[in-house]
Amino acid sequence: MQKPRLSRRQFVATTAAASAVMIAAPFVRGARAAGKLAIGFWDHWVPGANDTLTKLVNDWAAKEKVEVSIDYITSQGNKNRLTIAAEALAKSGHDIFAFPTWEPQAYSKYLEPVSDVMEPLIKQHGQVNATVEYLGRADGKWIAVPATVGSQIKGPCSRIDLMKKLAGVDVQALYPAGGPPKADAWTLDAFLKAAEACHKAGASFGIGLGITSDSVDTAGAIFHSFGAALVDKGGKIQAKSDPVRQALDYLKKLAAVLPPDAPAWDDASNNKWLISGKGALIMNPPSAWAVAKRDAPQVAEQCWTHGMPAGPKGRYAPFLPYFWGVWNFGKNKPAAKSLLAALSTREAAEKMVAASGGYDLPSFAKLTDFKTWAEEGPPKGTLYHYPNPHNHQILSVAAAPAPPKIAAQIYTQGVQTKMVVRHLQGEAMEKTLAWAESECEGFMRT
Amino acid sequence: MVDAAIRAEGVKSGARKRTSLRRMMQRKSTIAFFMALPLITLISLLVLYPAGYSLHLATLNKSMERFVGFGNFTFLFTRETFWMVVQQSCIFAITAVIFKALIGFVVAHFVHNIPAKGQRKWRGMLLVPWVIPPAMSCLAWLWLFDPSYSAFNWLIALFGGDPVPWTGNTYWARFSVILVNIWIGAPFFMIMYLAALKSVPEQLYEAAAIDGASWWQRIWYVTLPMMRNIIAITALFSLIVTFANFDIVRIMTAGGPIDTTHVFATWSFRVGIEGADIPLGASVSLFMVPILTVAAVFILRDITRRGNES
Repeated sequence: MQKPRLSRRQFVATTAAASAVMIAAPFVRGARAAGKLAIGFWDHWVPGANDTLTKLVNDWAAKEKVEVSIDYITSQGNKNRLTIAAEALAKSGHDIFAFPTWEPQAYSKYLEPVSDVMEPLIKQHGQVNATVEYLGRADGKWIAVPATVGSQIKGPCSRIDLMKKLAGVDVQALYPAGGPPKADAWTLDAFLKAAEACHKAGASFGIGLGITSDSVDTAGAIFHSFGAALVDKGGKIQAKSDPVRQALDYLKKLAAVLPPDAPAWDDASNNKWLISGKGALIMNPPSAWAVAKRDAPQVAEQCWTHGMPAGPKGRYAPFLPYFWGVWNFGKNKPAAKSLLAALSTREAAEKMVAASGGYDLPSFAKLTDFKTWAEEGPPKGTLYHYPNPHNHQILSVAAAPAPPKIAAQIYTQGVQTKMVVRHLQGEAMEKTLAWAESECEGFMRT
Repeated sequence: MVDAAIRAEGVKSGARKRTSLRRMMQRKSTIAFFMALPLITLISLLVLYPAGYSLHLATLNKSMERFVGFGNFTFLFTRETFWMVVQQSCIFAITAVIFKALIGFVVAHFVHNIPAKGQRKWRGMLLVPWVIPPAMSCLAWLWLFDPSYSAFNWLIALFGGDPVPWTGNTYWARFSVILVNIWIGAPFFMIMYLAALKSVPEQLYEAAAIDGASWWQRIWYVTLPMMRNIIAITALFSLIVTFANFDIVRIMTAGGPIDTTHVFATWSFRVGIEGADIPLGASVSLFMVPILTVAAVFILRDITRRGNES
């Protein structure tokens, strides 16, 4: 029996036909055709905010045929930071993670560059502020996308009635709802005078001097307002400089009229201070006001979120962005980048801001005009100036412009607030500066 | 013939092997080893591996890319905060252990003298601080010491006193964390001492009473010598646990104000996890090992010596 033989011509013809069929055949995509994606998001304080984010992700997943799994990881007890550290060490875990302010820089070598996501977003939504660039870029590349969820400005939230009655400051006139600020007279000197007057009347400003972020952010913004940096952009220690002396001198005067236990305050203390009706001002995003709305409505209706006072070198507001980053050991980077782009659209950002009651902030210049901030109340317009819509403040992070890995240490160790407490407790200025210099030297190790 | 001899030898040696294996398996020590094997495996995975890994981490540079040997330890020696943490850890552990031992000793005597009928009830109640998860009880204490809304301050204010900055002032903050540690740990001492007291033969007290010994002499010459070993072991155990404490300081003060209540574990967490410097954090935590080893060697040597004497 003779075996059928395939001639060269037949082989070529068959291969060509098969290829044509393969190319012409319709691409049938399954429900999970584009693979799986594991996400570690920050667990939001605001009830219901996670649900909106989940819905946005699920809508994207259904469209892109990706199977997603989301873990909401709390920042209580630093659980999210522990998870980040563990995943970086194990080089395994989620594909996307929500990184708190300094973490993208700390783990930059494990992060997939996302310039291809960020560049179109900047074209579409306008520039991001310098703080986002400082924290989100390394070696000329974007290493993470600024997240709407969790990003916040920690400006003053004042009691309208107490500020007017005790300090003679009309915060609504300085920052009218729906219009640009008229706050030229709102300077650090005016702020100190108001703090002294309120303290004298038994309604001290609720500003902490601990080492948690609310305390550090306020001290950091005041340092910036004096042009004071402990370490400059080039990594040179500047602790013993005149701007640092001026900032410390000012903060000592301010600390003297803060609650006596301010050195022990954490991030909950200022919220409690405002909600209990004890204080005339705190430095916080609108979460304290939101809780007051539920627990102490008579306090909430007297709250007004507004801008920082200006110092000799400008008007600086503390800004703490969250970032969404993609691990470079992640298994589905294209899908991860696609999701980050989808979560950064104007529509998605607006939904997240609404779900958080105005707490969350997009970092792009053209995304500060959502109706949530204009309409939230009572009193109506209380959040209008929260997203810095008229760009009258410089959004900053404490310890900048030091190289981020050094700045993160200064920030985490609360060096600036510790300086204030040491000086307040009677340590000589030069001794405090020498201590700060020594601490910064310790942060230089690589 | 030779083949047969070899075969016979082989059969004999095989049987001997089987017998010796059986004998080995029947030995008490082998059985004990196999029964302890799950625990040994568990300890290896959960204690030895992490300990070895932290030793490895402590020898790396900040970005964990380079071996630096003892570089992290020598760096720590140059830091003011590190020496403050050493000092604070010693103050915290020694003060707390002394007070826990004293309170435990006194309370154990009280409980020992309660009639047997009501003793169980008191023993149970006195153990409550020790059995509540420390994270929960620390939160309750935090509310009592809260910077602005302290319940203690409210009571003080009722009597016209000024509020005390319990966690805002260095000395009060140290007092607060030590107090909470004593509150949680004293029942452990109490129960250990109570067990020791119950094992002191009654005849010794009777003999001392016949000799006209006073209450204090009975304590000094009978009770204390009989309890010496249990006192030493309890103190050592508690010293190790207190030195390595994390939860109380973390919840109550987070190391503040200005780092003056940090102990090794809390500072290690701050530097390693919060400061993203894991090798330095590992080095800080490992620094407890030599200090505790020295304490353990001295205490255990004393116990062994007394054991040999008796």
